Amino acid sequence: VTRGLLRWYYLLLLLLLYLPLGMLLLFSINEGTSLSFPLRGVTFDWYRSMFDNGQLLGAVGNSALVASGAATAATILGTCASLAITRFDFRGKGVFLLAALLPLVVPFIILGVSLLILFSALGVSRSLWTVAAGHTVVALPFAMLVMMARLVGFPRSVEEAARDLGASYFYTLRRVIVPMVAPAMLAAWLVAFTVSVDEFVIASFTVGRDPTLPVYIFGQLRFANRFPQVVALSTLTMLVSIGLVVLAERLRRSGPGEAKAA
Amino acid sequence: LDSRRSPARLALIAPPALYLFVFLAIPMGLMGLLSFRPALRGGIANFDWTPTLEHYRATFAEGGYTRLLWLSVGVALVVALITTALAYPVAYFLAFRAGRRAPLLLTLLIIPFWTSYLLRLIAWKIILGTNGAINSFFLWTGVIEEPVGLLLYSRTAVVVTLVYVWLPFVALPIYASLLRIDRSVLEAASDLGARPWQRLLRVTLPLSAPGVFAAYLMVFIPTVGEYVSPLLVGGSKGSLYGNIIEIFFGDGINWPRGSAMAMIMLAGVMALVLLIARLVNVRRIVEEP
Repeated sequence: VTRGLLRWYYLLLLLLLYLPLGMLLLFSINEGTSLSFPLRGVTFDWYRSMFDNGQLLGAVGNSALVASGAATAATILGTCASLAITRFDFRGKGVFLLAALLPLVVPFIILGVSLLILFSALGVSRSLWTVAAGHTVVALPFAMLVMMARLVGFPRSVEEAARDLGASYFYTLRRVIVPMVAPAMLAAWLVAFTVSVDEFVIASFTVGRDPTLPVYIFGQLRFANRFPQVVALSTLTMLVSIGLVVLAERLRRSGPGEAKAA
Repeated sequence: LDSRRSPARLALIAPPALYLFVFLAIPMGLMGLLSFRPALRGGIANFDWTPTLEHYRATFAEGGYTRLLWLSVGVALVVALITTALAYPVAYFLAFRAGRRAPLLLTLLIIPFWTSYLLRLIAWKIILGTNGAINSFFLWTGVIEEPVGLLLYSRTAVVVTLVYVWLPFVALPIYASLLRIDRSVLEAASDLGARPWQRLLRVTLPLSAPGVFAAYLMVFIPTVGEYVSPLLVGGSKGSLYGNIIEIFFGDGINWPRGSAMAMIMLAGVMALVLLIARLVNVRRIVEEP
């Protein structure tokens, strides 16, 4: 009985989770401009007109740029940090791990305003670079979670064999470790990319004149007539995000060391 | 662990450590410094001022923002409580009853968490709006004659929206802690005559407590600083502590005051983080089963 009950509960919760997303999908093909019932009729105009909106496309490009940069930096830094943590003993390891994972729990508004203070103290004018720098901080723990989970399950005997056979650590890193964890690194990159693309709070404090997509969307919320277009675009990015995460999940589970993950 | 002291160790630690120092530690340090400064005159790089506690005093003073701080804490406590309570049965189902399909069902649950946060807030704006889904539905069924305007722009709307935002995420740590429970312990409880509910309350629940606790705090802490959902669905009466910080760094420019308010929140958060670090082994949460 409990099993059936629990299954229904799971399905109900899933329904409640997906219902609002379905609502967005519905309004992205609704003819009326206001986001309210009754629905008017089916149209794909919002999807079509999206591609004529230069500002919007610019924001998409900016976000892609920022997210690629932040994801690449976070993946490289995260791989270094994860290797250090899983493979070496060093003083202050606990503090280091705590500091790296801190952005997972600190309210983003604190990170946002403190970065704003840093950049104005340094006299750095805000731009996509400053957003990417901030996003790297928050994407780093996500990349590390993926990498550390993988490195823990990774057969250390192979890299020890390489070391015993006289390979330097960097040679081992380049020729043995990186090729073996490459799928996990790609997964970490995708997760970090997704985190950056969606991030609004830190971006809103560190962004310059060129908006990232969430900053642009937030700015458009005041103009009711452009709203459906924003919803259409958001629906598209939602589908892309979901695709990326599913891909990342598959990558994370593939490659050597899978026995641990299974 | 590699006992050989190689330059590799330093080369691996230095880049992330340096990055975190420059973009995490220094900014927070600067924020702390700024919070003791009387005013921002002369730019941030100006050090010609005498420290003052005025901004902290003003925050805690009568008519200050203490009320909003407690309100934010209250909202975060409630949101974290509801989410954890709603997620526990799902995590339990996935860990013990879902069988081989558990990974797939878990992924289905997590996917909404990876869709745009702003977008999910906007979706709730549609649902709760005056002409929104809930009002339209009840008008259509004839339960109500006039749309209820109270759904949107209230603190309840903020709570509902935040519960929705966090729900998929919270199931993860609970699920992980349930998976780590040794099945033979559960069998032993049953063999010794424990009824299912006794086993749940006295064996399963206590053994999964670290995961539940971690899940609770992972929602509670970021929610204390929440300011976007009050902006979108909270209306003028739904403002929280984070909104005031945002205003001080935005239109109502007073960075030192905003810094002091952020520092107060940060102090609370750090105290909680250190508490978690003591109570649960961070690395065990990190290493998913």
